[in-house]
Parts: sequence; structure tokens; C-alpha cells
Amino acid sequence: MLKKILNILGFQKDEVESSLASGEVPTIPITDEKISAGIQPLAIAKRPNLPQLIAGCAQSVGMMRGHNEDAILVYSALFANQEGYVPVGLFIVADGMGGHKHGEVASNLAVRVVGREVIQKIMLGFMDIHPTPPEEGIQEILESSVMAAHRTITKESPGSGTTLTAILILDKHMSIAHVGDSRAYSLDNQGKLEILTRDHSLVKRMMELGHLTEQEAAIHPQRNVLYRALGQGEPFTPDISTTALPNAGHLLICSDGLWGVVPQDEMVRLIRSTSSPDLACQLLIDAANKAGGPDNISAILVQLPIFSD
Amino acid sequence: MSDPQNTQSFETDSELDTSQQLQAGTTLVERYTIQGIIGIGGMSAVYQARDMHFPNVTKNVAVKEMVNRALDPVVRSTIVRNFEREANLLASLEHRAIPRIYDYFTLNERSYLVIEFVSGSDLEELVNNTNEFIEEERLVRWAIELCDVLSYLHNHKPESIIFRDMKPSNVMINAQDHVVLVDFGIAKPFQAGKRGTMIGTEGYSPPEQYRGEASPQADIYALGATLHHAITRRDPRLEPPFSFHERPILQHNPNVSSLLVKVIEKALEYQPEDRFQTAEDMKSALMGVAHETGMLPHIAASLSQAVRVSEAIQPIWSFKCEDEIRGSPVYTNGAVYVGCYDNNLYALDAHDGEFLWKYPTEGGIVSKPAFFDESVYFGSEDHRLHAVYLRNGRVNWTYYTKGPVRSSPFIAEGHIFIGSDDRFLHAVNATTGRPAWRADAGSPVRSTPIIANELVYFGSEAGDFYCLDFTGAIKWRFKAKRAVTSSAVVSKGTVYVGSVDSTIYALDAKTGWVIWRFRLSKPTISTPFMNDNLLFTGSVDGAIYCIDTNTSKEVWRYSTEHQVTGSPIILKDSLYCGSVDGCFYCLEFRTGRLRWKYQTEGPITGTPVAWEDVIAIGSTDHRIYAFAV
Repeated sequence: MLKKILNILGFQKDEVESSLASGEVPTIPITDEKISAGIQPLAIAKRPNLPQLIAGCAQSVGMMRGHNEDAILVYSALFANQEGYVPVGLFIVADGMGGHKHGEVASNLAVRVVGREVIQKIMLGFMDIHPTPPEEGIQEILESSVMAAHRTITKESPGSGTTLTAILILDKHMSIAHVGDSRAYSLDNQGKLEILTRDHSLVKRMMELGHLTEQEAAIHPQRNVLYRALGQGEPFTPDISTTALPNAGHLLICSDGLWGVVPQDEMVRLIRSTSSPDLACQLLIDAANKAGGPDNISAILVQLPIFSD
Repeated sequence: MSDPQNTQSFETDSELDTSQQLQAGTTLVERYTIQGIIGIGGMSAVYQARDMHFPNVTKNVAVKEMVNRALDPVVRSTIVRNFEREANLLASLEHRAIPRIYDYFTLNERSYLVIEFVSGSDLEELVNNTNEFIEEERLVRWAIELCDVLSYLHNHKPESIIFRDMKPSNVMINAQDHVVLVDFGIAKPFQAGKRGTMIGTEGYSPPEQYRGEASPQADIYALGATLHHAITRRDPRLEPPFSFHERPILQHNPNVSSLLVKVIEKALEYQPEDRFQTAEDMKSALMGVAHETGMLPHIAASLSQAVRVSEAIQPIWSFKCEDEIRGSPVYTNGAVYVGCYDNNLYALDAHDGEFLWKYPTEGGIVSKPAFFDESVYFGSEDHRLHAVYLRNGRVNWTYYTKGPVRSSPFIAEGHIFIGSDDRFLHAVNATTGRPAWRADAGSPVRSTPIIANELVYFGSEAGDFYCLDFTGAIKWRFKAKRAVTSSAVVSKGTVYVGSVDSTIYALDAKTGWVIWRFRLSKPTISTPFMNDNLLFTGSVDGAIYCIDTNTSKEVWRYSTEHQVTGSPIILKDSLYCGSVDGCFYCLEFRTGRLRWKYQTEGPITGTPVAWEDVIAIGSTDHRIYAFAV
């Protein structure tokens, strides 16, 4: 393995062996200077394809509604230098609710507050002259940004509410913050779709599907998690989780205007029918509208890079 | 949960295709061999099975099978998740009148729950199988036990649990004549697809439950209905709803004391506020009946016997050194190696603990040995890293550092990586004992380095946590607020490490960025153990923690009587960990429930080692103990 690394690092094989065998080798002093000097010179040359996040999105008011209460944010970046590269992305779907015009206020505030907090606290660190990691953990930043959005909505637009499903990608990890019943899915290259979020309206959903009567729902053990939304009075904490970013495949974030209308198999088929995430989102939204389009529809599709290491 | 001939109130309208029933001899998850069917109905079946993890004894378990009928994949997986959450909740219950949950798993559209096998009969059968009335004394004693278990459930934290389905067929009377409450609502999510399913059973459930209300008073009503049925032998399901007052108890069974009649009638009041408000209230009323009628002495004696018998676990061997064992043993090729504060490294026969050889150093050994080729490697407080031949305990080579070596070696690519109190991390050629490089960490390195994806991770006593590449160059450094003495684990691109600053950190392995922080109430020097997305670790606050690494939420914690400085390990479905309270603990790893513990005569500070079906741990009482598991 040593040899392999040294080759990757571009060192001459015999040079290194002599240094390993030379007994008391010079110690690497530990200073901040050296941290930035611990570099891998040939990293870029070895990998011509940069691992970018390719995102597409689409939105529609649907066939039955007069205005759009959904809001989305698509923010994708790539930092690449001699050390290697870090794909970074923030993708948010918020589905507002709460009477005339208020829903869209809530969803817009949610997207903007969370977007601003995450970009300020996490993304801008990358742009510093001396890149500094955030003081807090990534999960803490996500949670506090969702709570900040909640407070802002409560203050600015009382009575309205919104769902929020956000995926933050940093290198090979993805962190999800989730409140409500928008959904995030991952789709692997074999066509296996996996839901990454848990609806906070399970009972309502089961009733809609005819699996529960109103009577049963009222005494259902999960009735306490009936509804969570930003801007609504009930105290809540967002679901936050961090997992390894799947190697290749897609991530989909959408409002219930899509997942509640278009069957899963159909969503998978449409996503796999084109190599363009943008076009795939258009197809998904068309399918939802063809099926009646009872609600606003939002979809973000992210095509994930293939990491070779 | 009952004898094969016994019923457990499974609905008779069998929707389960009988051809899909598990046949006797089928083994699930390579562990539970089906012996026969106990009951079937609706969308569930209960089998008697044998737990094959205990090959030398017959350990019977009940396996409840639930069929997931939902078509929508999201609803289907939600049902499974609810089932698992419910199973976890039930598994956290610890009461002698509640069957223990051993395990659960899902195979395709079927979910399984493995429960304690309760032999005995249920109360409905006891009533049906005889023409006699049940003795009042027995019934009062069972009623008191039922109040106890309801009180336990109603006072459950953080959320009160309402049983909702108290009825004679859900009350098992075990071989010792004590009640066991069976059939918790575990199957409810699976019945959700059946329209009009009522949660609760007609005849026993109170009026308000039909309006969707569930409260402690609802369970009290159903207990009253259960007692009414048992004592009058009149089945309420065959009568109009809420008509108990039309069947006065004394008319059907004149031998009942009027005091007991009053208690049952009060439990059956139509308005919840007219009933006993708590199970404790009802229990004290029943105790009053027992006292007034003179049956209390019998009942009290019997109640106190209802303690679960746990088999005493004993080591299969132990070996005594000349001083404390503070470090951790390791196993290879039939032998166990352990360092001791008497300055020796001991090699013992893993089979019987017989002494093979010892190798003297000039300082105490807390370092956990590691192997490579023919040698065992370990550090000593005599400042040296020792390489000793496995076969005879003779020295291969030694390597000097400039301070005591309390770190443990990690071996990768023919090199030994080890920290020293001389502030350096040393990389030493395993064959020759010659140094490759050393890296200045600025403060003593007592953590064990770990190598993953060609990067070296270790912490220092000043709280620096380093990531180096194989040439010793720094990739990144993370600063904890206090010492990082515990060693890290790396899983799926994330490094997990605990610190004396009372925090467990999840760091991005490539960049060192903090993904999450988990706060403990006191420091940790225990090295985490990973199993899937669960992280297990000990803390000076005395607890063993289980943390979900995706969500950074606590799954469970188990409190020992003193600091937990060693690390837990998992073997099969059990977690093993020592504590400074001197006990060696075996817990169910999914739930943190105690399986057994063994008291040694001194604090345990090290980590156990497992091989085949044996687990061994050192104690500061100078001994190393081996247990068959």
C-alpha cells in the first residue's frame, strides 16, 4: 500500500525507501503552515473527471391551484485544487401552507433563512484565505438554521407554515434536515429507489390511502407525530441525519404534489429515461399534471458523481 | 407465549394463507428453529421455536410473525419502522409481568418478534376449562399484580403507555401462578389495512375508547371487565355493551366478598371520572379487600416471590497475575495475551487459562498487544515498544521512546504505529524494529493510532486530533477542548472519537470537519465500538451509551455503578463491557437491557476480548476471567 500511495503522490519509489530505512528521520513539525502543505501534487492529473453534482429542477403550480406556494433552492459548487476536490451542494424544497398567500411567504422565508445560514456558516469557510472549518458541527448548524427559519416565519407570517426538506452535500457526506411531508429519495443506478425522509403526517397519509379510518387515526399510536411544520406553534425538532453520499445514482427532493400523485415506479422510469436531470424534472412535473395536478409540484434532481477513490 | 393447546385470542377468520405458515424445522435468521404453531389469526401467527444460539440447552422462545399487506412501498416501510420502534419500546420495558423481547427482524413482507416463551394458560381458558369459580384469593392476587403492571405502564417515562386491550385472553397465568400480560399492540400497525379494525376488544373496552380516547381509566375499566368475567363466568362479549351493572356479581357468584364486588363495580363505572383514577388507587383498594378478608398474609408472601430467577454466570476459567490488570487482553491462535502491572506480558492457553509463558519488561503494561507474523507487539511504561516471539516469549527486538508507552500498537503495511508519552507518534518497521518516522504531537500520545484508507488518525493529551498520511505529513488537525485519550474508529468516511471534554465527535475523515457532537455528562476515554450505524461507548459518568451515528441521537444508555473507562465489544447480539464498579456486564445490544453481570473483586478498566464463544476480561483484582457465552 505504501508504494501505491507514494506512486499516487508522485514520489520516486527508491527515494522514499531510503528515507524509511535511514533510521532517525527528521520529524514533521506540527504547525498550521504544514497543514496546508500536506498536499497531493498529482491528484488532479490522475482524475480528469471532476466529481460534480449536476442538478436539475422544475416547478409547476399544478392544474387546480391558483398560485404557487412551493419554494426551492438549488446551490451547487465544486472546489478543486492541487489537494483534490470537494463537491458542495445545498438543495431545498419547501411546501408552504396556510391560507391565502401566506403559504408562499412561509416557504420563501424557510428557503432563504436556511440557505443563508448554511452558506454563511459552512460554505463561506471554503472561500476564506485560510479555509476554516465551522466551529459547530454540521448537524448543529442545520438544526439551528431550521429553528431560525421557524422563528422567522412565526414572527413575519404568523399562521402560515411550510415543510422543509434540505440536503447538504459536503464531499462524500450528505446531511438531511427534514420537517413535514416533502420527501427526499435516493435512486441507485440499478433503479432501486429508497426514501430518505419520514413523513410527519403518517396518519393523515394512511387515511388518504384508505388504510386507516378517522376513528382509528384518532387513537393511532403515531397520532402525536401527526404534523410537524415550520411556523406552526407546536414545538418540534427537525429530523437530521448524516450518511455517506451514495457513489453514483440520483437524489430526488420533491413536494407531495409529485410523490402523492405519480407512482414510484413511474418516477423511477422517468428519471432513468434521460441523462439530463433538468429534463427528468420536467417529465416528472408533466406526469403529475397529467395525473390531475391537484397541488403545486416541485422537484430537484441531483445526479451524483462517481468517486474513483 | 403459551402452550400449543392454548389460545391467545387470535381471530379465527384466518386470512393467513395456511400454505405460507412456517413448517416445523424451518430456521429463521439461522437462529430460531420452528417447533410448531401456537396460534394463528388475522395477519399474524405465533410459533414456538428453539433458540439455536444455545445449542447445549433447550431454550424455547415464542416467535410472533406479522404479515405486511400494505401495497404502497412507503406505507409498507413505515409499518416496518413503526413495528421496530414499538419493538424497541417494548424491549425497554422491564417488568416481571411483561414477557421479555429478545429480538426482532423483518424478512421480506413478514416481520418477526422473538419473545420470552411463557408456559401456562390464559385466564379465559382457566375460566372455560372448569365449571368451578376461581378462588377469590387467587383472583385478588392476580388483580393486584395486574394493577402493578398497569401502574408500571401508565407511569412509563417519557410517555405513559396505555395497554388498551386488557381482557382474560391477554392475561397469562404462568407456571408459578403469577400473571404475565401478553399481546401488546405490536401487531396493530399490521392490521391497519383492515378497515374498521377497532383497537381494543368489544365487551371489555370502556365507552370512551370507542370515541378514540385512551387513558389509564380505560385500562382500569377493562381490568374491571376482566375480573367481572372471571368471577361471574359470564362472557361480556355475549352481552350488550356496558351492561355489567345488569349482571350483579353476587347474583352469579354468591361467595364473593362484598368488598371485592365494590372494587370491581367502581372500576366499571360508565364515566371515567367515577372510576379509580390510577392503577395504584385500585391496587390499594384491592389490598384493603385482602386485609379485611384476612387473605393478605398469603397474598403478600406470594407477591414477594414473583422475582425473576436469573441463572448465575460463572467464568469457565480465571488466571491470577501478580498485580493489577489495567489493560486489555488479545487472542490469537489458541492463546490469550495480556499485559499486567507486575511488568509482565502473559501468554495463556485460551482453552483453559493455563500459563504458557511470561515476558518481563521493566514497567507496567497497560498497552493492548497486537500481532504481526511471528511476534506480539506492545508498549510498556519502561519507555519501550517490545516485539516478542509468540511461540516462546523470547524477545525479537525492542524500540526505545523517550517516555512511558501507554498507547497500543496498530499494525499496517509491515509497520507498527504507536504513541508515547514522549509526545511522538512512532512508525517502526515491524521486522527490523527500526524507525520509519516519528511525528511530533506536542503532548503525550496515549490513544491508539488507527489507520484507514491510507491515513493515520490519533489523539493527544493536549486535545489535538491528527490525521497524517503514510509519510507522517499532516492532512488535518482537529482541536478538542481537552485530552483525546480514547482511540478513534473510522466508518464510512467518518471518524468517531471521544474526548475528556465530555464530547464524542463525528469528523469527516477527509477534512476533519465536525459532522456532529454528542455531549456526555462526563469525560470519556473509552474507545467507541461500531455496529452498523450504532456506536457504543463508555463514559466516566458511569454509563454505557448507544448512539445512532446518522442522527447523533441516543438510542439507549445503561448506568453502571462507577466509571466506564474500558470499551464495549459486541459478540452476536450481546454487548460486553467492564466498569470501575468491578462488574463485567452483558447487555442486549439493541436495547441496553441487562442480561447478566459478574462481580470481580476490583475495578475493571480494560476492554474484553472475544474468540469463538468465549469472552475474556482483565480486572484490577489481578485476574483475567473467561466466560462461555
